[in-house]
Formats: sequence, structure tokens, C-alpha cells
Amino acid sequence: MLTLDQLSYDDTRHRLQGRDGLRLRMGPFVAQIRTRLSNVARSVASLYAGYPVVDDDAFVDFQVSVRKPAGLRQWTHPQVTFGFDGQEPFNPLPGDQGFPLLEWGLNWCVYANCHQYLILHAAVLERGGRALILPAPSGSGKSTLCAGLLFAGWRLLSDELALICPDTGRLVPHPRPVSLKNDSIDVIRRFAPQVRFGSRVEETVKGVVAHFAAPPDAILKSNEHAMPAWVVLPKYSAGCPATLQALDKAKGFMQLVQNAFNYEVFGIEGFRLLGSVMDRCACFSFEYSRVPEAVDMFARLADGQAAACGR
Amino acid sequence: MTWPDDLVVEALRAPQTLAGWSNARWSALFRQARAAGLLGRVTRPVEAASPWPNAAQGHVDAARRLGLAQQTEIRRELKFIESALADLHAPIVLLKGAAYVAADLPPAQGRVFSDIDLMVPKAALARSESSLMVAGWMTTHHSAYDQRYYREWMHELPPMQHVQRQTTIDLHHTILPETCRLRPDPRMLFDKAVALPGHPGFHVLCPADMVLHSMTHLFMNDDMSHALRDLSDIDLLLRHFALDAGFWPELTTRARALNLQRPLFYGLHHAAAVLGTPVPSGALAEAERSAPPAPVRPLMNAIWRRALRTPHHDARPPLAGAALFALYLRGHWLRMPPALLARHLTIKALGLHRRAEAPKSPDTPG
Repeated sequence: MLTLDQLSYDDTRHRLQGRDGLRLRMGPFVAQIRTRLSNVARSVASLYAGYPVVDDDAFVDFQVSVRKPAGLRQWTHPQVTFGFDGQEPFNPLPGDQGFPLLEWGLNWCVYANCHQYLILHAAVLERGGRALILPAPSGSGKSTLCAGLLFAGWRLLSDELALICPDTGRLVPHPRPVSLKNDSIDVIRRFAPQVRFGSRVEETVKGVVAHFAAPPDAILKSNEHAMPAWVVLPKYSAGCPATLQALDKAKGFMQLVQNAFNYEVFGIEGFRLLGSVMDRCACFSFEYSRVPEAVDMFARLADGQAAACGR
Repeated sequence: MTWPDDLVVEALRAPQTLAGWSNARWSALFRQARAAGLLGRVTRPVEAASPWPNAAQGHVDAARRLGLAQQTEIRRELKFIESALADLHAPIVLLKGAAYVAADLPPAQGRVFSDIDLMVPKAALARSESSLMVAGWMTTHHSAYDQRYYREWMHELPPMQHVQRQTTIDLHHTILPETCRLRPDPRMLFDKAVALPGHPGFHVLCPADMVLHSMTHLFMNDDMSHALRDLSDIDLLLRHFALDAGFWPELTTRARALNLQRPLFYGLHHAAAVLGTPVPSGALAEAERSAPPAPVRPLMNAIWRRALRTPHHDARPPLAGAALFALYLRGHWLRMPPALLARHLTIKALGLHRRAEAPKSPDTPG
């Protein structure tokens, strides 16, 4: 199997600029990426290094591009725009934000189109064959916690999108570069000094955004679906000791609904599916301020010592 | 210059030929079909076979699920509308997508819907609007000019959106603008409308009128972004209604009575040419008599051939931009008399329609 890191950087760039683009397998999807922007090409080469490059006759799920919009404006205020199927679903962003735009665009491709899965805005990790769902809106500390856990032995399925297979109730991995924002970047750098950021952009609408690559085992195991075992609603609270509290399942259920992208597309099927997820899962709310402490708490949770976790 | 393949047209015309396609061609078909709003339709089960590659199955499932969800939503909204308009005591005719779903007609399948189109007699328009407002549907275009544009000149009110569920209703009182060159008498449409069993108060247009409305909507329009989808709807309606022997003569008769022979000509001609719709030679010959005169006909034909395609850059033929622009101008030209059109386009171009806010009550801040 050919992976991107086996191609030279020139070859990668050449493919990205070509008519057929660079075709990468990312979990259940194949994306065909086209761009002429060298900063985007460098980030793709570094952050998707371990991903399989698929052959010319593979079925392509998403054909996407990142390019400069036409017009004179690019000489005074460089911009980048994301294209999907000939549409441009977003407003252009400032010129240095091509890679984050590609990532947000690829996420959009999945949650706006892939109704074969019930999709939650959530991080998903796995340990011992059991999956942890961290549903949360932005700013809850979900990404920081997710990054901490994947440097402490948990397998990453996704840091943004939980894909639930309606036939099996299992979570489908969609490992992609993990994004961190603002203070979280240094927090994770202190916790896991080995982390290598492949893209860093200042002054986005979300502040500073940096991406690091999904760990190799997450990419290798992207066919291994996982049964949900825990739903935990994380919340960062400055100065707060790590506290795990049992949460009423009805409240947990409503959190899943509120963080679902396509619950209305699933209708009654979605109600039953999320109901079965909640039936199977232990449900907690979790407050934390320090990553090492949080990671310990989740290790104990995975070892079946949840009862001792300050309930 | 050769034209690029329009894979959606190929898939609609001859679904049995898809089995030998390469993965690359399937990927391109799915991209084009998504742009045309027809992914669900090109992946309808073809004689119980599923010729697409396994890797594409997810998109097929997604399109099917989205289609079902939209049908469920339309049925649910119709119940809300039914109760909102229960005391109207006037016929309510469902048009386009809502009619296809409620009457369970073939174009309901595999199609993306946007809003619900209703038609009530003009005398009942104000009462219908206030009843829908009481039930939560609010007008969306707030500038004074836009309000006047719809209320004085158009065939429908400004779209009404539900405050909680975000669903949109277009409330019509006829099928073409009041200022249009063609003005079919809406009373004739109401007279022939067919009651929907199980939905007291709701009707759909009779088969001939439904086809004529669909053709009129497409061939008088200025916006071609759904042209192929609309043509496919026409194709499916014609194939379905043709099972009744009396349909074709009735279609010709109604077109004459409603003065819609030109849209009928375009509809039959292009459905047959693009999608291979079987049209009896007698019906086609009769419609030909309303074709545009000799110098215009080949020009219009060249324009329509470029518009009635998948709206995706991979399927874009040479001069497509010019054809779409010509149809944009034509749609406006047909819709309004020249003086009014000049005024309307000037106001739109200068952005004045946005500036003139509808009068607010005096105590509203700002």
C-alpha cells in the first residue's frame, strides 16, 4: 500500500496541482485534493504523511480544492477559497489560512453529505475495544482533552466527527489531523513534548489554530470500528480539580441530540439509534483544568474504576 | 467543439447502460448528480439491480435517507398547514414538489425539495396569509420594494418562513406573474383541480394542468439552476400520466384553453430530445404548430440545449454562460412589460430595493 510519505515532496506537489489531484483515503472516504498553494501543499505532505494514496480508478467521495479566488483583490488582500463539486460553500478566508480552510471544508463535506452515518460534533477515542464519545460545542476543552488522551494510550477515531453506523451502532473511525487552538497548543506541548505541529496559523476567527498529525496507529486501524461505552461531556474550568460525575441518561441523550448534525435527517431512526447508544454507555459530566490529572481519571475509567472517580 | 459528457442525462436516459462504468466515471456521475439535486433519482433501484461500485453505497444510502426525510417533512408540514387553514373555506391547491409527494406521483422520488408551494384563490389570499402567520409562518422579504414587487406584480406572496421549524411556504394565487405576457385564468385551474383523498381541503392540479404548470415554470423561468431536475420531473409525469389513454388529447386541449401552447411545445420537444420521453407523434405535431417562428426556433433550441443540462462545470458545454444569461434576460422580459422591467432592473442594479426598508412602527428603536 502506497502512503503519502513514500512520495517525494515534488511528486506530492505535482499531484496536488494536477487535474486528477492527490487522492487520499481518510477512514471510510477518499478525498481528491487539488491546490496550487505551496503552504497548503507543505501542510498536506506533513499532516497526511501516513495516509494511503489510492490508485487512479478508485471511487472518489469528495473532490475538493483550495485556491486563490480570481480578481485583482489577491494582489492587495490575498484570500483563499474552498471548492467542492464546483460549489464554494464558504466565504473566502485570508490568504495564509488555506490548510485550516481545507480541514474545515473536508469536515463540512462529511457532515453535510454523509447521511449514511448519524454524525455528532464530538471527539471519539477508543481503549480496550471500547469507545469514548466526547460531545461538545467549541470552547469546552474537548480538543485539548482529546489530544491529551491520544498521547496517553487512547486510539483516536476522530477529534471532531463521531460517525455512528446505523446498522451496527458502532463508531466509524475518521482519523484526521487534530486541531488545537490558542492556549491549548502550549498546554499539549508541555504534556507531550514529542508533538509536532504541521501547520500553525495566527488570527483566524477562532484565534491561533495549529494542527498535528493523527498518530500512526489511528491511521492503520481506521477500519476498526468501535462500540460506544462512555459518553462524557467535558468542560474546562480554570483551577478546577478533575471531577467526573454521573449524568442522568436523559440529559446525556439531549446532549447527543444537540450536538448531532443530521438528527433531523434520521428522524425516528435517529431517536432509536441515539437511545441505543445511551443504553449501552455509562454517562458522565467531567470538569477539569489540568490535562495530566484528566488523563489519569480517564485511565481509571477505562480500567473499570469509574465508581472511585469522585462520583 | 465537442461537448463534455452529461453523465446525469445519460443515467436518466438509459440506466441499464451504467453497469459497465469505471469507478472514475461513477465518481463523476455522483458529483454531477449532487449538483443537479438528482443523486437520489439516478440511484433509484434499476430493475432491482444496483450497478454502482460498493464504495459508492454510502452515498446511495445517504441520498435515500435524505429523500425520505424530506418527504416526511413535507407530509408533516402539510398537516400543520391543513390545521392552520382549516377554516379557509376555499380550495387549496398543492403545486410542484408538495403535490408530487401528497399525490404519491413518481417525481416525488429521489428529488431534493426546497419549499412548499400552495395556491389559493386571490379572494382568499389575505385570509390565508393571516392564518399562516397565526400558525408561525412569517414573511421574509422586508424591504418596501420587495414587498411591493411580490404583492402587486407577482403570482405569489414573498416566501413565508416558519419561525421555529424554518420551513418555507410560497403562497400563490396563480401560476404566472400578474404582469406576464401569458396569463392563464387561475379559475380554470381551480375548476379542474382534483381533491386529495385523506386531505380535506387540499387539491392538486388535474394531470394535464400539472404537466403544463411544470413546463410553464421551467420554460418561462429566468433561473436555470434546477432546469434538469425540472425536466426530469416533466419526463416522469408524462410517462406516468400517459398510462391513461385520454391524457394526450386532454393535454393539447388544456394547453389551448389556458394559452400555454408555447411552453407545451418546449416541454414535449426537450423532454423527448434530452431524456427520451415517449411522446405520441400526433401530440408532438400538434405542439409543433406553436413552435417559435423559423429564425427564432434554431436559436432558442441552441440555448435550451445548453441550459437543460447538469449545472456542474464538468458538464458545461461551450457558450453555456451566454445561453444562461440569455435565458435570464428572457425570463425577465416575459415576466414584465418593458417599462416596468427597466425600472425593476435599475432598482435591483443600484441596490435600492435593499435600502427602502418597510415602514416600522414609530416606537421601534432604530
